[in-house]
Amino acid sequence: MTELVVISAGLRSPSSTRLLADQLAQAARTQLLGADVSEVEVHHIEVREHAHAIADALLTGFPTGALADDLRAVTEADALVVVTPTFQASFSGLFKSFLDLVEEGTLRGTPVLLGATGGSERHSLVIDHALRPLFAYMGAFALPTGVYAATSDFGGEGAAALERRIERAAGELRTVLAGNSIRKPKVDEFADFTPFDQLLGSIG
Amino acid sequence: MQFGIFTVGDVTTDPVTGRTPTEHERIKATVAIAKKAEEVGLDVFATGEHHNPPFIAPANPTVLLANIAAQTERIVLTTSTTLITTNDPVRLAEDYAYLQHLCDGRMDLMLGRGNTGPVYPWFGRDIRDGIELAVENYALLHKLWREEQVNWQGKHRTPLQGFTSTPRPLDGIAPFVWHGSIRSPEIAEQAAYYGDGFANHIFWPKEHTQQMVQLYRRRFEHYGHGTAAQAIVGLGGQVFMRKNSQDAKREFTPYFDHAPVYGGGPSLETMTRETPLTVGSPQEVIERTLSFREYVGDYQRQLFLIDHAGLPLKTVLEQLDILGEEVVPVLRKEFAAMRPADVPDAPTHASLLAAAHAERNASEPTIVPSRD
Repeated sequence: MTELVVISAGLRSPSSTRLLADQLAQAARTQLLGADVSEVEVHHIEVREHAHAIADALLTGFPTGALADDLRAVTEADALVVVTPTFQASFSGLFKSFLDLVEEGTLRGTPVLLGATGGSERHSLVIDHALRPLFAYMGAFALPTGVYAATSDFGGEGAAALERRIERAAGELRTVLAGNSIRKPKVDEFADFTPFDQLLGSIG
Repeated sequence: MQFGIFTVGDVTTDPVTGRTPTEHERIKATVAIAKKAEEVGLDVFATGEHHNPPFIAPANPTVLLANIAAQTERIVLTTSTTLITTNDPVRLAEDYAYLQHLCDGRMDLMLGRGNTGPVYPWFGRDIRDGIELAVENYALLHKLWREEQVNWQGKHRTPLQGFTSTPRPLDGIAPFVWHGSIRSPEIAEQAAYYGDGFANHIFWPKEHTQQMVQLYRRRFEHYGHGTAAQAIVGLGGQVFMRKNSQDAKREFTPYFDHAPVYGGGPSLETMTRETPLTVGSPQEVIERTLSFREYVGDYQRQLFLIDHAGLPLKTVLEQLDILGEEVVPVLRKEFAAMRPADVPDAPTHASLLAAAHAERNASEPTIVPSRD
């Protein structure tokens, strides 16, 4: 049984953050089941639901109730999928406050698939500039592919590319959890070149 | 079982009147509260130790406790807590032994690490060494009270060569020590190792207390000080009472909302549910306090916080009347009825002295009369 915990820090309903989190979780689940992982349990955490409890816990020093349960789920997870909206060029404050309540050292070695959403493509580096250092500090094992989705990526031209990034990140999670390598076999581009009619054809 | 009160010595604006007591008023009020605690029949008065506003609980609790000792006859004086991390253990050994003489043994003390970051550097220490300081400093303090000629070397203070701390403890009996900690298993282990008392249970949920007390009891037995059930446990708690529950809640809410310890945080309902805080009728306080036993077992000392958050002195004295007249007598009876015979009381100077005598007599060779 593999326990996948998904942390989604969107504030609206419906939220594009939740939408991306669902897609990442679904892709990861499919990849894992395809790699002979017998059972994958997905547990969703909507950080928004804990907003008041998070503020209380920061002030009292201890989380209670459903928040405490979800924090326990985070530390016991086999892998995490985290998705935050981008606020002021970084992760959201509520997302960070939730993570501030995770016990020191308890995420060490946990594989994490990083995701973020934002209003425009110009925030794509939020994953590498904000999320990655945070999880590096926490000792988590962040996967190389982070998935950033701008609003425009949910339709139109970016949609297919977003789907490919989701698949790639999910594949990396599979590699880490199921030892099923995502590495493509080496290609000799001189032996395995593309015939010219195909090149012409791809122009459409 | 012992019942008493502890103070954190906060100078807080009364949110109802808008008036802030002066430090002088607060210090004098603390003495009045301690005297009243004895008058209404409580067993213990405890003071915290702080070095930062708004807490003016003395930087040196022994000064306050000595003053109270001179004005009382019966009540046991203790701390909640004495900082074992940022105080020099040599000074602690001397100050508390001196207090012990002044009050004829009517004292003990509770050690804690302190939770205010800047206090450490103010005293030339580093909070990252908190546990290490608690372990090393107490090892030295323990030795100073038990050995006349101390040779000692550690990491955190100047070595000692042929040092004798003065005065020596009263009757050669070191003051009894409790170790307080919210969530550090190392401190529960430390208390168990020495066979000292362990204290917990103020602002946190009961699960934490339960875990810590269970660990302490288990290790107390492991180190051969008695059975797990015989370990010496002290609990904190906070109460505010009026004849009827609704009045208590209504009156206490503004104080709760502005208290330095939890102001602006969770609601009164949440804190009441999640922590030992009880606001209601005397009967509700009795029932809640009796329920503590269900998760820590039979214990030796129950202290209540009743004077913080800017509550006026008059109100605090009223709370003491209710505690003394309506709550503690019932708790005494109920707890005593449930307690197995082999669970001891909290150690006192007299009981420790008697135990030391018994041990000395047992170790003397018995003369067997010849039979002829």
